[in-house]
Amino acid sequence: MRLIKLATVGVISALAGSLAVMAPTVIAQEHGAAAEGEHAAGGHHLKEPAGGWSFEGPFGDHDRGALQRGYKVYKEVCASCHGMKLLSFRNLGQKGGPFYDEQYPNPNDNPAVKKIAAEYLIPEMDQDTGDMNDVPRTPKDAFPSPYANVGAARGSNGGAIPPDLSVITKARHGGASYVYSLLTGFVEPPQGLTVNPGQHYNAYFSGGDTKPNWTGDPRNAPPGGFLAMSPPLITDGQVEYEDGTEATIDQMAQDVATFLDWAGDPKAGARKQLGFSVLAYLILAAIVVYASYRHIWRKVEH
Amino acid sequence: MSGPSTYEPKTGFTKWLDVRLPIVRLAYDSFVDFPTPKNLNYWWTFGGILAVCLLTQIVTGVVLAMHYVATTEGAFASVERIMRDVDFGWLVRNIHANGASMFFLAVYVHIFRGMYYGSYKAPREIAWILGVIIYLLMMGTAFMGYVLPWGQMSLHGANVITNILGAIPLVGDSIKTYLMGGPSIGDPTLNRFFSLHYLLPFVIAGVVILHIWAFHQVGNGNPTGVPVKDVKKDTVPFHPYYTVKDGFAIILFLILFASFVFYFPNALGHADNSIEANPLQTPAHIVPEWYLLPFYAILRAITFDIGPLTAKLLGVLAMFGSIAVLFVLPWLDTSKVRSMRYRPLAKWAFVLFMIVCVLLGCCGANNPDDLLFKFGPDQLAVNYTDTNGDAQSAFFASFEEARQQVAGLPASAGATIEIKTSGFKWLYLSWILTAFYFAYFLVLMPLLGIIEKPKPRPASIADSVHKKAPKAPPAAVNPAAQPAE
Repeated sequence: MRLIKLATVGVISALAGSLAVMAPTVIAQEHGAAAEGEHAAGGHHLKEPAGGWSFEGPFGDHDRGALQRGYKVYKEVCASCHGMKLLSFRNLGQKGGPFYDEQYPNPNDNPAVKKIAAEYLIPEMDQDTGDMNDVPRTPKDAFPSPYANVGAARGSNGGAIPPDLSVITKARHGGASYVYSLLTGFVEPPQGLTVNPGQHYNAYFSGGDTKPNWTGDPRNAPPGGFLAMSPPLITDGQVEYEDGTEATIDQMAQDVATFLDWAGDPKAGARKQLGFSVLAYLILAAIVVYASYRHIWRKVEH
Repeated sequence: MSGPSTYEPKTGFTKWLDVRLPIVRLAYDSFVDFPTPKNLNYWWTFGGILAVCLLTQIVTGVVLAMHYVATTEGAFASVERIMRDVDFGWLVRNIHANGASMFFLAVYVHIFRGMYYGSYKAPREIAWILGVIIYLLMMGTAFMGYVLPWGQMSLHGANVITNILGAIPLVGDSIKTYLMGGPSIGDPTLNRFFSLHYLLPFVIAGVVILHIWAFHQVGNGNPTGVPVKDVKKDTVPFHPYYTVKDGFAIILFLILFASFVFYFPNALGHADNSIEANPLQTPAHIVPEWYLLPFYAILRAITFDIGPLTAKLLGVLAMFGSIAVLFVLPWLDTSKVRSMRYRPLAKWAFVLFMIVCVLLGCCGANNPDDLLFKFGPDQLAVNYTDTNGDAQSAFFASFEEARQQVAGLPASAGATIEIKTSGFKWLYLSWILTAFYFAYFLVLMPLLGIIEKPKPRPASIADSVHKKAPKAPPAAVNPAAQPAE
């Protein structure tokens, strides 16, 4: 009997283990060539802010100040090349968003959001004449795209289309930590690494390979890779923060990473909140049902 | 199994209905009064858990289909719109996406339970075969469902799978074309996958009814494998005894399910599937969802041609064979003893088999040419062309020596320095595991039943659960020669 119990425990641990083992292996290989390079260079972990992200953990939620600052960084720095086509201005004023205001449960009424939207124009057809007129955007409208079309995006960037940032933290392993690391990872290329014109060395770029440009021992090729994007955050104070926070490169990178994490999963706060109630309910139900089970089976040998 | 029906309609309406359509009687006999062995352990609760999984997937799926747009232009954005703008759409979608993983987790426990306790053996072969059919349908449904969000893994995974089907001799090309609806994966593919993804769960539900019917005909198996001898002593009515036990297990399962849905909704997915599908850009590594990884490993393990059969075709045959072999398991197992509790050798073969399945999953997740472990530190290879025009390689441990070798060669040699690793590839592990996988069914199952000396079994279910029972006297059991239980 004991053997059977042991074996059954084995089944559970094997299955749980299979999940636990496979998740990291899948994750590890997502990194592909870059991961190998990183290991060769003695491990290269993604950066995280001191004290972690505000939205980590079962109760974490995106810090409102960081969201507002992060949106400003996106708007003034990133948005010139990267669109966020899945977002509309109204999202900024929805619950959990950077400009949510309890007074305006409908974000379309939110004056802060209206003001931001009105800074951009959108072509609208006059129904009586068919003329196209530029009118200010309203909260219902989508974030503007930096390029008229894909061709324009390609043409302006030497053939590389800047990726849309709507779900970038979901689409890159490491999420916000990857974005933060990448933005602060434009370091001086190590001695012996030649950087081709129009390219920029980044110590955290995943999916890159520095070996072809490395004159030293290929086993010690530096981590990271080359990006067409030039370092976007170059000086402290590049974005003027309104809340008094010092706009260091590090701070701006953290803030925009927080904003992008929210944008990729704007319902994360609501999800965790509901999850707590659901789990509490299920655990209580489990206790009650287990008690009934013991009661019902009390006279049956089994 | 069930004796004469004990259902007695109480109200006028149920009496009237019972004469015309005894559906309440059927439900009563099947799920209330159904005599169920009293010694079922928690591994038997996964049938109920799976019913919950199927229902959850159908209900959430129907809601998602109300908002989903099956076009290559709109699919990705429509799924994101569900997550962002549909009321509780994030919840419905997270349940559906994680529900697939939970469904497979439960079905694997259910299948392993059946294999350990010999649930496939006579007279339950049909129930087992129907179960394997359900499992196959689940794999097809899950694969097509994974294509619908139209991420990078969706598209390129679909490419891999349709190419696999294309490798089948004679009919492969036609199947592939019909499935894709054209020369490549595009709008027609997405539309028919959506249609089939909506259809198959209802087919599964139908086969589930047959599956339940088949094992209700002969009654549940049980951990001892000893059949019910006295309904009064050996069984309890399904309700309330097993409704409450299954109910408890289902709630525990839902706690695991909810943990993923609410706290790790993307942990079981792949980051690349959050990048919209782009036919011009192939991901560095294409991998299926975790629950299909063992079969993916078997597919990729075959890297050699045998005679006229190409490696690609053999890989496909091995992969389909790994599932096909399950259909004949009832006849491959020669043992007269049903439960592995009393099979000292088969028990350990089974434990090994489970470990092999998990490790095959790890092989499927890793690039076959990557190294599981290294034999030694990486070397440097200097590759060059000698004066006769032949390719040459020289190996060095130190970079300085390698560089001197390059410096000593004329420029026309085109010398390059590359890293030369040597180690144990995942591929080699896949070979060993694939061989064991098939050996378990084709060698161990037939062989162990013959050479193994089973341990004594209890005389009845009631005996097996009787706490103060003295050690079963040898006279009460009939050792190895006992006919099919």
